[in-house]
Amino acid sequence: MENNTDYNDLGKDIIVKRIISRTITYILLALWGLIVLFPFYWMILTSFKSYSSYNSEFVPKFYIASPTFQNYIDAFTTVSLGRYLLNTALFTIVTTTVMLIVTILAAFAFARLKFTGKNIIFILFLALMMIPNELVIITNFVTITNLDLRNSFPGLILPSVASVFYIYLLKENFEAIPDNLYYAAKVDGTSDFKYLYKVMVPIARPTIVTIIILKVIECWNSYVWPRLITDDPNFFLVSNGIQEIRENGFGRENIPAMMAAVVVISLPLIVLFLVFRKTVMSGVSRGGTKG
Amino acid sequence: MGSTAKNNLKALLYLLPAVLFLGVFMVYPLIDVFVYSFEEGYNSASQTSFGIGGFNYSYVLHDPYFLQALKNTLILVAITVPTSTILSLLISLGLNTITKLKELFQTIYFLPYVTNTLAVGLVFMILFKKTAYTDGMINFLIKAFGGNSVDFIEGPYWAKMMVLCIYTVWIVMPFKVLVLTSSLASVNPVYYSAARVDGTPPHRIFFRITLPMISPMIFYLVITGFIGAFKAYSDAVALFGTDLNVAEMNTIVGYVYDMLYGDSGGYPSYASAAAIILFAIVLTITVINMLVRNRRLRYVE
Amino acid sequence: MKVVLENLTKKFPSRDKKHPEDVIAVKDFDYTVKDGTLVGLLGPSGCGKSTTLNLISGLEKPTVGKIYFGDDDVTKIPPENRGIGLVFQNYALYPHLTVRQNILFPLQNLKGKDKMTKQAMETAALNVAKLVQIENLMERRPAELSGGQQQRVAIARALVKMPKVLLLDEPLSNLDARLRLQTREEIRRIQKETKITTIFVTHDQEEAMSICDEIVVMKDGVVHQTGAPQSVYDDPKNLFVAKFLGMPQINVFEGEVKAGKLVIGKEEVLDVKGVRDGKVYVGIRPEGFKPADDGAFSAELERVEILGRDISVICKSDLSQSGMIRAIVSSENLIDTTKSTVSFNLNPSKVFLFDDKSEERLF
Repeated sequence: MENNTDYNDLGKDIIVKRIISRTITYILLALWGLIVLFPFYWMILTSFKSYSSYNSEFVPKFYIASPTFQNYIDAFTTVSLGRYLLNTALFTIVTTTVMLIVTILAAFAFARLKFTGKNIIFILFLALMMIPNELVIITNFVTITNLDLRNSFPGLILPSVASVFYIYLLKENFEAIPDNLYYAAKVDGTSDFKYLYKVMVPIARPTIVTIIILKVIECWNSYVWPRLITDDPNFFLVSNGIQEIRENGFGRENIPAMMAAVVVISLPLIVLFLVFRKTVMSGVSRGGTKG
Repeated sequence: MGSTAKNNLKALLYLLPAVLFLGVFMVYPLIDVFVYSFEEGYNSASQTSFGIGGFNYSYVLHDPYFLQALKNTLILVAITVPTSTILSLLISLGLNTITKLKELFQTIYFLPYVTNTLAVGLVFMILFKKTAYTDGMINFLIKAFGGNSVDFIEGPYWAKMMVLCIYTVWIVMPFKVLVLTSSLASVNPVYYSAARVDGTPPHRIFFRITLPMISPMIFYLVITGFIGAFKAYSDAVALFGTDLNVAEMNTIVGYVYDMLYGDSGGYPSYASAAAIILFAIVLTITVINMLVRNRRLRYVE
Repeated sequence: MKVVLENLTKKFPSRDKKHPEDVIAVKDFDYTVKDGTLVGLLGPSGCGKSTTLNLISGLEKPTVGKIYFGDDDVTKIPPENRGIGLVFQNYALYPHLTVRQNILFPLQNLKGKDKMTKQAMETAALNVAKLVQIENLMERRPAELSGGQQQRVAIARALVKMPKVLLLDEPLSNLDARLRLQTREEIRRIQKETKITTIFVTHDQEEAMSICDEIVVMKDGVVHQTGAPQSVYDDPKNLFVAKFLGMPQINVFEGEVKAGKLVIGKEEVLDVKGVRDGKVYVGIRPEGFKPADDGAFSAELERVEILGRDISVICKSDLSQSGMIRAIVSSENLIDTTKSTVSFNLNPSKVFLFDDKSEERLF
């Protein structure tokens, strides 16, 4: 402060420092972006290489001289990729729908209805949240096997339609809706059920969308349970399908065709994400971790 | 019918589906898994057992495959949890200092979250794999920088473990970056203004202000990171195939499933014992974390 | 140390796409804060007073103009090198640090020749804590303190480095009414004891009037008037300043000047020689009314409120902008509440005339 000649230099010095640190930040962020994107780039690139040109590249090429769609045709004809996709779509839609109904009904009961032992039952519910899937999957495997439901859609779907966490999430949301709305509806003679789907569900829409997003991602990528419960390729989901393709796939180590299958499998969720980017990201940050 | 009875009946109807599904697929299995784990010599074909005891636990704890899986899992946890937490913190800090391109970066960084672990794992495999035709992409880079090529998929143990860790970090980063970025953005900027007026150097702002302010979120990420890494399985399958024991890359969860089903399967008792051991480890670590956290975070209102 | 603001202007880029022109937060601010004085920047919210404070602190850079601390140009100096202490509106105490750690924080940042020993830091912290009377709270965390105590800690933290200039942003707005009164006296006492040049921002005219050596009245980024509180109150430059200062608010009428006489409604209420004929705004301070049976100004009596020493006489009047007239008179004056009208004489020094277009003072 004593000496006033270097004030201007001090200002310039700081600006230069700031520009340098800003540039370094951008370079490092771009580097991580590259690391994230590279596998995607590589799988798309490889999926358009022909089998022979891929295998003749001792040094991998970062571009394609003559792109081919043959791999995509192979992916749908040589292996049953279409069936896996259809199975997964069906599994995802049915599981999510049934789960949503179960969740909404239970959340409504906890949030709105009065009944004996409500608090104790709810605490028991919460306690279940701590139970990892790995612990109960063993018995479920035996149960489904004994019910003769292996290699069937009910067998795939039934164990994953009740989620304590989602019931909890929605119940909190339902409880935030003012009581007055409920009493007003009661005065107008609205039944509980009508109140639930005419008033509460629309108000809690953002939470319900969050739950749907999380469940769809979970379903589309689920691997462990389907692997245990299906060994008939007719009931394989995409995760099992890709494993099957890898191990017994195209009759030979056909990497480009595998990559075409990987692209097809990855595309639906990526497109869904890019379209609903904001909703998905806010939903995931509210809804917890993957798996 | 009294109004209480009527209310109870109504509530029961709304709760019935949830109670039914949770009862059959969560509560009953939870009890059952303990029963299984103590039933000695259970045979799934005849559904009979010799008696009750701790033999299953003793068997599992002496099984070299389980010990290998335990070792793998512990290494995976010890490497990936700190790495991914620190890396995501650095990236989030970077993201919060920029405005241009921020959304683009955030979108890109989130992509691995919405991908199929098995499918993209296959891409990682071919990037790292060495075959008769080619050394693969990564080895090409290693050689470009003057190193020797390594088969990361079927080669030495450390190489395989490295790929598994890299892939695991790649997969868990999106969630951490997402959560930490919003956590950092929610720190009231007035604290930074106050620190600036006091001439606080950047490293001191970070360690004395930013880090303490977001520490609850970091603790949350560490706990969920521990739990997630202990349950690792499908990433390993994606890279090394379903026969993880042969690849020496099995995890505890993988061991449970292998005991249950597959070529070495048919032993629900061993599977149950292993699952309960896993649960005990995870629970212990969570409780320790909570205790440390409570001691450190007394001030948080 | 005196603080000189020279032609200070701050523009922000517009965020509204319909109005892309820059928003001017502060315009052509020229003012000198004398060494060792307490100055209040006063104005309604959005008037640019907080921006001005941020410019002085260095948290914002001016678009045009210069700032001098003493004779040094500090316009381009970053905040940490200006030697200021800043107290934030919501205090900005670090929640994870104790009171002692919060106060020590700025000292621990010192480098080079300014670096202090641990012992010296502790002593400095304790001294400043004694000054603001929080020495018995040193090991508590901010969440365990009341609003008033937090405010004192914030002031202690700002003072511990012995700044040349102390800046306070709405220091009392987060406190309840009783604490506000007490704390503002406290700020005055601390300022007098330390003799640090202090600038504070407030929207509460009473607060500024009661403790400041000088006030700066701002509106829409423009300085309307500066000076000692009493002189600004007694001699407002324009209608805005007259209305903004004073509680209860000044009574404003639409009147007319005819041949040196001020006419409100149909009554000639005051001689105003030398003022041009035409329409005017008339401001009459509540204490400018003197009850008189033959008073020149009469109004319909609504009610009388006894305030102890004073009486508040409230009349209905369509001529007043608010539809009401509030007069404060000494309780020695007896008001006959059975009558429907009261009459007043006006104290000329409490009556101000303003141009009906520019709202500038005419009389």
